[in-house]
Amino acid sequence: MADPRPQGLSPEVVEQRLRERFPDAEFRRQMGEAVRDHTLYLPADRLVEVCTFLRDDPELAFTMLVSVSGVDYLPRDPRFEVVYHLLSIPKNARFVLKVEVREEDPKVPTVTGVWPTANWLERETYDFYGIAFTGHPDLQRILLPEEWVGWPLRKDSPLGYQEVAFTHNTPDREKPDPDLKKLAPKKVKYRAH
Amino acid sequence: MTLNMGPQHPSTHGVLRVVLELDGETVLKAKPIIGYLHTGMEKQAEYKTYTQSIPQTDRMDYLAPLSNNLALCLSAEKLLGIEAPPRVQAIRVLLTELTRISAHCVWLGTHALDIGAMTVFFYCFREREKVLSIYDMVCGARMTASYFRVGGLASDIPVGLLDKCEKFVDEMPAHTDEYETLLSKNPIWLARTEGVAPLTAAQAVALGATGPTLRGSGVSWDLRRNQPYSGYEQYDFDVPVGKSGGDAYDRYMVRVNEIRQSTRIAKQAIQKVRAMGEQGEYRLRDYKYVLPSKEEVKTSMEALIHHFKIVAHGFFPPVGEAYQAIEAPKGELGFYFISDGTPRPWRMKVRSPSFVNLQTLPTMVEGRLVADVITAIGSLDIVLGEIDR
Repeated sequence: MADPRPQGLSPEVVEQRLRERFPDAEFRRQMGEAVRDHTLYLPADRLVEVCTFLRDDPELAFTMLVSVSGVDYLPRDPRFEVVYHLLSIPKNARFVLKVEVREEDPKVPTVTGVWPTANWLERETYDFYGIAFTGHPDLQRILLPEEWVGWPLRKDSPLGYQEVAFTHNTPDREKPDPDLKKLAPKKVKYRAH
Repeated sequence: MTLNMGPQHPSTHGVLRVVLELDGETVLKAKPIIGYLHTGMEKQAEYKTYTQSIPQTDRMDYLAPLSNNLALCLSAEKLLGIEAPPRVQAIRVLLTELTRISAHCVWLGTHALDIGAMTVFFYCFREREKVLSIYDMVCGARMTASYFRVGGLASDIPVGLLDKCEKFVDEMPAHTDEYETLLSKNPIWLARTEGVAPLTAAQAVALGATGPTLRGSGVSWDLRRNQPYSGYEQYDFDVPVGKSGGDAYDRYMVRVNEIRQSTRIAKQAIQKVRAMGEQGEYRLRDYKYVLPSKEEVKTSMEALIHHFKIVAHGFFPPVGEAYQAIEAPKGELGFYFISDGTPRPWRMKVRSPSFVNLQTLPTMVEGRLVADVITAIGSLDIVLGEIDR
C-alpha cells in the first residue's frame, strides 16, 4: 500500500468524549444485532452545540457532513428520524448522529451554520419528509416541483397513481378516477419497530 | 440582469438549470436548480428487494454503472455481515477501475469540448468505446451493466476477458499521453482553466465536496486508500492532488493522473484474478443470500429450495442498518440501508457525490466571468441522473 494510514479514532472514543463534554445531555447509543455503524441518539435541542463541538474539537475534527437522511418509522412514535453521517478527514473516522422527530411538530434545528453543505442535504430531507429545519436560510423543495403537494417518501404516501401534472394539451383525456382507492394496491401492513 | 442557463443547454451535461444574476459579464449570484430528472429511486427501492434495486443504480451515474452497483452491493453485504470471496473482489476492483477510466474519459472529452478543444472528444470516446465493449463482453450490456450482485457477481467472467482487459490497460498510458499532449501545455487550455473556478481546501471540505473536486483543492483524501473496501489495501497506487489552489486546471490534472493510477490498479487486479484462475468462484456459497448456480439447481434439492426462496422473496437481512461508501469516479458514493428484517429495505438513502459537489458551484463562480461558469460546471464532473436520482 502506497501511503498506509491507520484507521484513526474509534467511535467509542468519540462517544466517550461527547459524554464527558456534555454530561447533562441525554445520549443514547443505538443497539441492535445489525447496527453496523456506531450510532448515537441525541435530543434535537442539543444538536447544534454538539455538532459544533464535534467539528471544532481538535481531537475529533469532524470537518465534513457526509449525508443527512430522513427516515419514517410509521406507526411508531416519534415517527421520524433524521440521520447525520459525519466524517473526520484529519482523524480518518466516521460517526453517526440521530435525532428523533415527532409527527405533530416535525422540526429540527438546522446545522447549516456548522457545515454549509447541510443546506442542500436538509432541503432534500424537507422535500421528501416535510421535516422543517428551523433557521435554514433557504428551506424550499429541491428535487420536486415547488407546487408539489405532499411528502413523497413518507410511508403513508402511495407509490404511483398520482394525477398527471400536465393536461393542458390533452383536453379529452379522461379525468383520473377520484376514487383512486379502487386502483390503489393493497395496503401494506408495516411491522412495528 | 438575470440570465437563465439551461435546463436544455449543451454545457450543463444534462438538465441542470442555473439562474445567473449578472452585472455586465460578471456573475453576482448563481443558483443551480435541479430535479428535472427526479425519478424517485429511493421511494421505489422501498418496494423492491435489494437485488431488484441494482438495475436502478445503473441509471444514477450512467457513466459509471459498475461503481453504483458496487456501492449498493457492498452496503447490503455490510448489512448482512458477509464478504465476497477474494476472486470476486479482485474482479470488482478490475471492472470498477475500468469504469473510472471510462468515466474520466467522457468527462475529459466533454469538458474539453465545452471549452473549445474539439479533438480531445474523439480521442477520449475511442477509449471509452473499448471499455464499453469490455462491459458488453462481461454482461451483454454496454451501459446498464447490472453485473454485481450481493455476495458476488451475476455470472463468471467470460474466457478471454482478461486478455482483452490487459490489452486495453497496456495501451492506455500511451493514450493518456496523447490527451496530455493535446491539453496540458496548450496555451488556450491554460488560459481557460488556470485560476478559473477556484475552490480552497477549507471551502471544499465545508461544502462536502469529495472525489477529484476535493483532491483538486489539495486535500489528500481517497476512500480507496484511507478507508479501503473490496481489498483495495492490497493494491499499490498513488493519490494525485492539486497543487495550485484548487482551480479547474488542478481538477483536470487530478483526473488525468487518476486515469494513470487506475491503469496501474487494473493491471495488478488482472494479475490477481489470473493467479486465482480465469474461471472459478464468482459468488459466495451462502445460499441464504446468493442465488445458487443453475447446474446445482438441477441436481440438488437444497439448491432448488434456496433458488425458489430467493427468487420468490429475496434474502432476509437482520434488523439493523449500514452505511457504506466507495470512491466512485465522482466522489464518495454511499448507500445507507435500514432494514426491518423483511426482504425489502425500509429505507434506502443514496449519498450521491454529484449532488453534493454541485453545491460548490456558486462559490466557484460568484464574482467571476459568465464564460467561466461553463468551465466550472465542466470541471465539477456532474451527472444529472445521479443528482436527481
